[in-house]
Amino acid sequence: MFQHTIAELSQLLQSKSISSVALTRAYIERCESLDTELNCFITLTPELALQQAKAADDRIQSGTSEALTGIPIAHKDIFCSKNIKTSCGSKMLDNFVAPYDATVVERLANAGMVTLGKTNMDEFAMGSSNETSFYGPALNPWDKQRVPGGSSGGSASAVAARLVAGATGTDTGGSIRQPAAMCGITGLKPTYGRVSRYGMIAYASSLDQGGPLTQTAEDAAMLLSTMAGFDERDSTSVDRPVDNYNSELTNKLDGIKIGLPKEFFNQNLDSDIGDNINSAIKILKECGAVFKEIELPNSHLSIPAYYVVAPAECSSNLERYDGVRYGYRCEDPKDLADLYCRSRGESFGEEVKRRIMIGTYVLSSGYYDAYYLQAQKIRRLIRDDFQQAFNDVDIILGPTTPTTAFKLNENMDDPVSMYLSDIYTVSANLAGLPGISIPSGFSNGLPVGMQLMGNYFQESKLLNIAHQYQLQTDWHKQIPGEFKES
Amino acid sequence: MSWETVIGLEIHVQLATKSKIFSGAATAYGADANTQACAVDLGLPGVLPVINEEAIRSAVKFGLAIDAQIAPHSVFARKNYFYPDLPKGYQISQFELPIVSGGTVEIQLQDGIKKTINVTRAHLEEDAGKSVHEGFGNLTGIDLNRAGTPLIEIVSEPEMCSAEEAVAYMKKIHTLVRYLEISDGNMQEGSFRCDANVSIRASGETSLGTRAEIKNINSFRFVEQAINHEVERQIDILEEGGKVVQETRLYDPDKNETRSMRSKEEANDYRYFPDPDLLPVELSRDEIDAIRTQLPELPDARRSRFIKELALSEYDSESLTANKEIADYFESALSAAGGEAKLCSNWVMGELSAALNRENKEISESPVSANMLGQLVLRIKDNTISNNIAKQVFEAMWNGEGDADGIIEARGLKQLTDSGEIEKLVDDVISDNPEQVEQFRNSPEEKRGKLIGFFVGQVMKKSRGKANPQQVNQLLSEKLNG
Amino acid sequence: MSIDSSEIEKIAWLARLSLNEDDIPASKADMSKILDLVEQMNTIDTGGIEPLAHPMDIRARLRADEVTETDQRAHFQKNAPATEDGHYLVPKVIE
Repeated sequence: MFQHTIAELSQLLQSKSISSVALTRAYIERCESLDTELNCFITLTPELALQQAKAADDRIQSGTSEALTGIPIAHKDIFCSKNIKTSCGSKMLDNFVAPYDATVVERLANAGMVTLGKTNMDEFAMGSSNETSFYGPALNPWDKQRVPGGSSGGSASAVAARLVAGATGTDTGGSIRQPAAMCGITGLKPTYGRVSRYGMIAYASSLDQGGPLTQTAEDAAMLLSTMAGFDERDSTSVDRPVDNYNSELTNKLDGIKIGLPKEFFNQNLDSDIGDNINSAIKILKECGAVFKEIELPNSHLSIPAYYVVAPAECSSNLERYDGVRYGYRCEDPKDLADLYCRSRGESFGEEVKRRIMIGTYVLSSGYYDAYYLQAQKIRRLIRDDFQQAFNDVDIILGPTTPTTAFKLNENMDDPVSMYLSDIYTVSANLAGLPGISIPSGFSNGLPVGMQLMGNYFQESKLLNIAHQYQLQTDWHKQIPGEFKES
Repeated sequence: MSWETVIGLEIHVQLATKSKIFSGAATAYGADANTQACAVDLGLPGVLPVINEEAIRSAVKFGLAIDAQIAPHSVFARKNYFYPDLPKGYQISQFELPIVSGGTVEIQLQDGIKKTINVTRAHLEEDAGKSVHEGFGNLTGIDLNRAGTPLIEIVSEPEMCSAEEAVAYMKKIHTLVRYLEISDGNMQEGSFRCDANVSIRASGETSLGTRAEIKNINSFRFVEQAINHEVERQIDILEEGGKVVQETRLYDPDKNETRSMRSKEEANDYRYFPDPDLLPVELSRDEIDAIRTQLPELPDARRSRFIKELALSEYDSESLTANKEIADYFESALSAAGGEAKLCSNWVMGELSAALNRENKEISESPVSANMLGQLVLRIKDNTISNNIAKQVFEAMWNGEGDADGIIEARGLKQLTDSGEIEKLVDDVISDNPEQVEQFRNSPEEKRGKLIGFFVGQVMKKSRGKANPQQVNQLLSEKLNG
Repeated sequence: MSIDSSEIEKIAWLARLSLNEDDIPASKADMSKILDLVEQMNTIDTGGIEPLAHPMDIRARLRADEVTETDQRAHFQKNAPATEDGHYLVPKVIE
């Protein structure tokens, strides 16, 4: 039963072949027994889930249900959920019970979805491996010696192991797409402004964007249809109607122009992954897509620019964690300075502190122009490169990550090598563009992800291509052996 | 050596919006601690700011009123520092691209001299909360009700040379924001407060001396005292061969002195950068023009109109227009009286002001409405009562005995204008006071004017004040001189 | 780009992060390494390029001036480490 996609579960529920309560009970049991191995969840919410499942069944009975009603889902623990612990993977918020719901949580709940729990993540979404979580890393179900990627690693691992049918995540520099690739699932980062950031704990405000992690593009389309949309509580939310993503899925790909950035297919790329992407390209060609090499000449500057912009914003965004109104407070502060320094020093992890330090430095007087302003200028160049490219092609295709999932601790002592695992994903965040990662095969038994990037608000096109590809392949149907139902 | 004072002011004006600048929480003053601090004001994880359009409109109004440039594109920035009354660890303010820049304010000094003060900029920002030091033992309590209240910070050029000029400038800004109805200007409640940058230099020197910033002064009187004290302090330092330290100081009105604030504050580096949660505010020419059409008549224009159209003196016009409520009251009274601007002005600035001062009331709390005062003036104008009797009537109105006509009627105060009756009173007084009549008639012409006063007084007394003084005067001089 | 200990201490203070003496060398090394990475930005000339603070060039949407929030003090203060009489408590603030 757990191999079912959201689309399939929706049919089973709507046809009353199964009740939401029964489905939810089954998922709760599975999570409770298997999560001890994977550490995907920070918090499980069985009571809330059953309550919501009961209400969902009532809606289905009374004929007021929607496509997503009754389907269990998990939320990355970065989304505030009312009266439920919302830790953001940090000791700082280990005791924080959110007093309100994030817009994303509220929208999915209003559609009748059932919350199974809150998933593990890198602390404050800062990390690419899930290893910076205060709760220890979630593990990769394909190889438990390896990381699931990050920062939405718990969500990706849970979907890959079929502990949930879908999950929410956030993507600031690749935090949905990179773990989706490493866990062999589908992950979509929408256009900046498409999904409300209200209640989504900020890492880097001008880059953060919430999105779905699912088995298939079709499921991603279903979740996005509900998650997306204007929210007056988020000033950066765009007031523009949401496309009908699902109805576009079946469009044929004849004549669609896909660009291959030559900078993404260089010596940094693992040759196995390169071969894998080339096979995927062949399949898309057979579907009618036309390929063309393009240039993104400033893409090599995206990581440097990202590691100025994101830390700068995070250094400011995390100033609110001061031990005064909520969160961790040190024991017996001797004065105000001591309260601040120790509350923050004792509860933020190393990577968070590192980024706060970098961000504080690049904004400080004397360095602002050389670092922060220079990064903002490069940001414009990167965005302009994409706009130039989209004059010629509809979509850009490449690998999601330079390597498959790496081993635990492999990159922990070198922050810079860790940062480079986002080399193909950060530019979409800097430019605010939508991107999707879909499973495209395996290398040495580990999943490989292919990334598609589109112009602003072209989520429909991304999902359409991904869906057409998934009709021709079954990489997205692969389940790690240990987690297959016997 | 003679010294010259240089003062620049940063005035913080709380805007009179219903809700906060970035949240939908109320801004009302005096609520229980933290009951008006919503999730956004508290800086809870995940919350986001959304700009209040009325705050933008208020700032634009102010900019237009001082003939400043309104930025077609302005940006909110974060000013980062840790303080318990600043929940997010940064204040959302404007830095490089403020909404208002340039502009001028004309002030008038005691000696009648006018001076133009240039405004550098006015930017929008959020207010901080309050630290409460009493009542929590060795701890401090934090109340965030005020956090997020919209402010405009109006920064002047360092162009004022005395405490008097600084106060005149501050009063002028106060008048302006009240006219514009963008702030209640309530200084006790902290809606209008200022920081003064004060420095001293040798007379004739062109570069600025080292300045001290005196923080958070919330009355006109304190501004004057604080600046005067600070000027003395700095002159003492310089005359003893010392150096003024650039620092932030606090004015203590109880001791009438300024003292240094912790120097750690000075070591701050605010790391301003554009707030990524907010997009730039764009205002088109049309939007700005639409706001311009909503501007009320401003104090300078009103003063000129009073001088030109109502033939009031410059002094009267200035006094009446310095406060919008007073000017409004005056104009309503004038309209009820159907003219007589000078008389209305005398009553508003005289009897009414005195009564308000005596009972420490605002004009809005006056028991005598503008219409009532106008009716009273009308009765003076049409000779129903004399100016003196009118004072009695005013007191009675003030004490709630009704309107002018009712009081005149009830107390029988109607002026005696029947010439026959007045003549009888005059005759009686003349025959009752033969000695004085003798004295009068033996006096030279030029002294008689003064002596007649005695007879007028006697007639008025006999009439219990009701006789028309002009008629009395005329009859007396006919009879005594004749 | 190397960064010295006093700068590390200054930044840690600005960011209000307690710092152990023992952590300074590692912090110095990390920061220097990251700054080296970041300084690749200086390999190109950005003269004449306008900084981009936001991916999309759109203007702020403004909110009507309405009170939409009600008092939730008790609910919010459940998360507070120390409150009294509706106030959040901190060590004595000296002005």
